[in-house]
Amino acid sequence: MNDRIDAKSKLMTAAEAVRRFVKDGDMIALGGFTVSRNVMVIAREIIRQGRRDLHLVMHSHGQAMDILVGAGAVSRLELAYGGTGRFAPTGIRFRKAVQSGQVQVEDYSNFHMSLRFLAGALNLPFMPSRSGFETDVLGQQGFGPELRGRGKIPPYKAVVSSNPFNPDPEPVVLLPALTPDVALIHAQCVGEDGTVRIKGLTFLDIEQAKAASRVIVTCEEVVPAAFLRQDPDQNSLPPFLVDAVVPAPFGAHPTACHFFYDYDPRHLNMYRQVAGDDDRFRKYLDEWVYAVDDQEAYLAKVGAVDLMRVKANSNLGYAPGLDRR
Amino acid sequence: MARAYTDKEMMALTAGRFVSNGDVLFAGTGLSMLAATVAKRIHAPQAVVFFETGGIDPALAELPLAVADPRVMTGTCMNSGLIDAFSLLVHRRLRTIAFLGAAQIDPYGNINSTCLGDYRRPRVRFPGCGGACDAASQAFGVIIFMQQEKKRFVEKVDYLSSVGWLRGGDSRQRAGYARGGPMAVVTNLGVMKFEEESKRMYLSEYYPGVTAAQVVGDTGFELDVSRAKESVPPSAEELRILRQDVDPQRLILGPVAA
Repeated sequence: MNDRIDAKSKLMTAAEAVRRFVKDGDMIALGGFTVSRNVMVIAREIIRQGRRDLHLVMHSHGQAMDILVGAGAVSRLELAYGGTGRFAPTGIRFRKAVQSGQVQVEDYSNFHMSLRFLAGALNLPFMPSRSGFETDVLGQQGFGPELRGRGKIPPYKAVVSSNPFNPDPEPVVLLPALTPDVALIHAQCVGEDGTVRIKGLTFLDIEQAKAASRVIVTCEEVVPAAFLRQDPDQNSLPPFLVDAVVPAPFGAHPTACHFFYDYDPRHLNMYRQVAGDDDRFRKYLDEWVYAVDDQEAYLAKVGAVDLMRVKANSNLGYAPGLDRR
Repeated sequence: MARAYTDKEMMALTAGRFVSNGDVLFAGTGLSMLAATVAKRIHAPQAVVFFETGGIDPALAELPLAVADPRVMTGTCMNSGLIDAFSLLVHRRLRTIAFLGAAQIDPYGNINSTCLGDYRRPRVRFPGCGGACDAASQAFGVIIFMQQEKKRFVEKVDYLSSVGWLRGGDSRQRAGYARGGPMAVVTNLGVMKFEEESKRMYLSEYYPGVTAAQVVGDTGFELDVSRAKESVPPSAEELRILRQDVDPQRLILGPVAA
């Protein structure tokens, strides 16, 4: 517990956070949602450090998921949706990896995944749901019998049971809790003690963080904890749940971070052009992941002009008039 | 005869016509954003749009390109997260109408947005159901967008991602669904609805310039056309609002009519 109380020890680089808190084979919850607040700094660092056999759990994911899968860091995924909306309606490396059998996938719905993280956060074994009766989302198994019932993978994907409070038969779906090893979150502001303030939509980040054994938070700004205590209504997570605070300006680029920057249509369109081809994707990783040691080098590569282009308007929270074609 | 509007413009406006003032709209990406936004600006200003990500009633001064687009977080009545958004989707007091899209649909409105071929080693993988499975299960009603093609309108979907009327009749209700079900399917050729008793799809409208026979030819199962009528074409005002106010960059509408 002591390592969690020493506030100063939480501030660290992405390299140190991954070295200390992410192991091969870990179950990792990805915060953010499709084109917003993907934890890109940690995703790139996981690839650079060569982590393998990861098990990703998420609701709807986007860019961080796609490069982690493309780089070969992932063996298993549980998710509801893999893509970035109009830029890649299906994640390009995700699609290739599923079709080639490189990864095993277990599909759920977004509500299912939300309830599974909530169950983990509340230390409950499962949550009931009314979504998906007699669909293939519940009926088809993605994970083979060799995976089921081992480690963090429960013996059943879901169980259809009956509401015990209703004397008449009334089916309910029971969904197993998720307790990831690590949750990765990108926030706008974090206190040096680890207090987290997420602006805009929180998606499922708070439940994911509470369900996880370890929490890495990257952030646009590290601010004094005393500042966050002046308006605590705005805060999202208490400091003692956070293990690592990684200062990472533009840390979600090329995805958006509300009130800091928009998603970067040029980068996402460029990615769509290259990701479908194995050689060009390898070059993308060489150029944008392996050749950049840290976020400073990454931002130098993106360049000031492109960063200013996506800079958010402080009234609207996004970049009005941005060319998004 | 060349039409003065594109398929996508007709689809967005047609779907928008299903929206009533006071509806609570669960919108996804693409055409559903257009339909919801255009309906709000034309005839249903009191309709509320919300997104599964937690953005509730955003200003939508610019068109969002994903449900997590920062544009769904601005000018909202409140920002929240997935759990809050789903609590609205399933709310007993609300008439939540969801707009969904898919790769395949069967005669009972069951849809596939997950894969073609074997699930564990698919020939083509799609993104997955996202929140569509939840909306199809628990919303008050559902409107589905499709491209009308034989390979998409199939007798049996490769993977049932999101439930429609299941096997027709009362099978949906018997499976445990308390309400909801697809109201209409809006395609590039027309509008399909579902028979009251059997819940099987039938052709309700074909667009001006399209024939019922053409719709049948692009459908991979038997489609009753005995009740089909020609749709009302879009008005100049509807098109102006859609083109100038809703999607001036044509981000979702795509290229202008030839």
